[in-house]
Amino acid sequence: MPSVNFVVYEDEFRQLEDALRRLRQEANAKAVFLIDKNGQQIASTGEIEQFDTTSLASLTAGNVAATDGLAKLIGEREFSVLFHEGQQDHIHISIVGRRAILLVIFDDRSSLGLVRLRVKRASAEMERIFDTMAKKGEAAEIGGEASPFSEITEEDIDALFSE
Amino acid sequence: MTFINYASKEINCKIVYYGPGLGGKTTNLQYIYNKTAPDAKGKMISLATEADRTLFFDFLPLDLGTIRGFTTRFHLYTVPGQVFYDASRKLILKGVDGVVFVADSQRERMEANIESIRNLEANLREHGLDLKTIPYALQFNKRDLPTSMPVDELYRTLNFKREPTFEAVAPQGVGVFDTLKAVAKLILIELRKR
Repeated sequence: MPSVNFVVYEDEFRQLEDALRRLRQEANAKAVFLIDKNGQQIASTGEIEQFDTTSLASLTAGNVAATDGLAKLIGEREFSVLFHEGQQDHIHISIVGRRAILLVIFDDRSSLGLVRLRVKRASAEMERIFDTMAKKGEAAEIGGEASPFSEITEEDIDALFSE
Repeated sequence: MTFINYASKEINCKIVYYGPGLGGKTTNLQYIYNKTAPDAKGKMISLATEADRTLFFDFLPLDLGTIRGFTTRFHLYTVPGQVFYDASRKLILKGVDGVVFVADSQRERMEANIESIRNLEANLREHGLDLKTIPYALQFNKRDLPTSMPVDELYRTLNFKREPTFEAVAPQGVGVFDTLKAVAKLILIELRKR
């Protein structure tokens, strides 16, 4: 059976969004994304309209996965920070709480030093939110709470493909 | 690992197309991309070599509609089929919810098919997953080629656990959506169990 689901509840989602907004402001960044290591976007803020956010999430996860593979090949546990420098825009990628990726896009209104500093602080806050989320998920599982999908019917599934 | 977001009411599932090199995995995705309404799909990304061989992965996000009020998204990935890209294949299987195996029906590719299924089994195991239990569909592609083997012979050799199996000619779309639907359905049924 596949590994358990990754569930984000509303309270924690709002808290993560707040943390991202603060980070974006304090780091003077163009946009900030929080991405699941499997390539799904969790939350984002800033000038996101100009980006294809789904592709961005998938490629970032691929990039991190490939870099993780490289790290293991040379005997490192991980490379926790990646930085890509462009002519105008730059990308700072870091791992948060082992399961998520924080992507910051910034230009010359900010600097790598500032982004690194702010990311560090924001990461600690997000890790705490992830811990709460994990505990909540475990409690729901132990408490035997029914998921909204436990009642999915064959008709529901067929309807998805009938259009 | 299905990603469920209660705040934005979204379910995201990951499907990986696996199989030997030049078997038609990318062609499956291209056909799906071409035949899907613009509002139901994102951009298709192909990380390929100059000779158009998949180097890392192809990626296609699909939006299938809503189920119980949740927007249901499937992220389709292919792996590079060539044997020496095994490290990349392993990475792409991370967090997979369902697998489609695209087999090449030609007799001379039989060994490559078998080797690729074994490789899939081993790589899933490294992620703590089991081919015996994961949502899985099998596709016999290239049915239009004169060198393709009889279906019952392919079935006997390649079918792993009586998974849903489809004959396909991917460039023409034969069997492409049937295969996708079968694996998506198995994933949603699995979601119901949890």
